[in-house]
Amino acid sequence: MWKKVYEWLDERLGLNDMYTNLLDRPEPKGNWWNTLGSASLFLFVLQGLTGIFLTVYYTPSPDHAYDSVQYIMEGVAFGWLIRGIHHWGATLMVIVVFIHLLRVFITASFKFPRELTWLIGIGLFLATLGMGFTGYLLPWNQKAYWATTVGTQIAGSVPFIGEFILKALRGGPDLSALTLQRFFSAHIWIIPAVLAGLIGVHLFLIIKHGESHFPTKED
Amino acid sequence: MSGSNELSRRDFIKVTTGIVGGLIGVALGLPSVSYLIDPALREGGKDAWISIGKFEDMQIDRPYPFSFTRVQVNGWERTSSSFGGYAVRKSDDPKDLLILNSRCTHLACNVNWSDESDAFLCPCHDAKFSKDGKVLDGPPPRPLDVYDEFRLSEDGQIEIFFKAG
Ligand code: HEM
Ligand code: FES
Repeated sequence: MWKKVYEWLDERLGLNDMYTNLLDRPEPKGNWWNTLGSASLFLFVLQGLTGIFLTVYYTPSPDHAYDSVQYIMEGVAFGWLIRGIHHWGATLMVIVVFIHLLRVFITASFKFPRELTWLIGIGLFLATLGMGFTGYLLPWNQKAYWATTVGTQIAGSVPFIGEFILKALRGGPDLSALTLQRFFSAHIWIIPAVLAGLIGVHLFLIIKHGESHFPTKED
Repeated sequence: MSGSNELSRRDFIKVTTGIVGGLIGVALGLPSVSYLIDPALREGGKDAWISIGKFEDMQIDRPYPFSFTRVQVNGWERTSSSFGGYAVRKSDDPKDLLILNSRCTHLACNVNWSDESDAFLCPCHDAKFSKDGKVLDGPPPRPLDVYDEFRLSEDGQIEIFFKAG
């Protein structure tokens, strides 16, 4: 019975082909450093899930953000776990993505035909940092407030257009409800959408080109 | 699989990935469900005795309106809800009171006493209740609810027992 259902689906979706191409594709001899991309992907999914759960209670408004985070930590069953994973996962993801970038650089895997994979990777790294930057403000505590004050001030020191950048980031000259709201929007909608799109192309390219061999003495 | 009974390296990886993935799924999935439904499992606010007015101010056979609010902490916010009703005094005996909840038993609008119609009228779907709470007209399925636990305090106040939730 299940076999029939599976065959029906396979004929239309090509499940077997997908399986071979996605999960059973040939790989060159590698080592644990090659797993960091998949680790990044896993962390992205984990952050996505725990983040979605956090929005069930979190409120992006200056008069409730802090209290709602407090409520998640102390009032809801397993709130500490969900927030804990999201909190530590964020730092871990930046580290893992960065080491993945380093490994690709060190093994010179960014060369033809993988330049685009590399460039998109740079975009992924920057977007990951953006997630960290925007997420840090959301608890709306002292550390978050001042970190964002400083962070946006630094962005504001760009010559000529600095002031505009600062105002665009803050939604005005000062840190306010508008800042919190736009950081929230960036953190849960805009940057994740960018990340998801870039990851899609990144993975497509990896499957298309296959993994690179590590360079040997002859190279 | 070279025809032997031993697990091949590939199958070993498949099985371990499945098991580890399943464990992570359960370890995260169960707490997540608990996290999502937690507010539904909470008790409401606290029960309390609430005074609704002096017994001597209530006239016999004239519904005496009262209202009160209860504040409840919901998550990170305090929500206050209003309640109200009518005390209908029958005699000089403070036990001889009928204390009606003004929440319409149809869809929870507030009924008001009307001297003209000598009835409680509901503005929402034109329901009509008699002075002792019986349905006279309209869609409500049952008579008005009654606060049946009440007492006379030392300073002459009528207090009702309010059950949360
Ligand atoms: C959200 C972050 C990222 C995810 C989810 C991700 C995912 C992946 C995955 C699953 C692979 C397969 C092979 C491996 O793991 O080594 C890979 C390879 C690759 N990644 Fe990333 N990556 C991310 C960020 C980056 C960054 C920041 C760079 C560099 C700027 C980069 C450049 C590359 C390149 C060039 C390859 C091909 C390597 C090869 O063929 O040997 N990626 N990525
Ligand atoms: S709510 Fe009172 S009649 Fe419908």
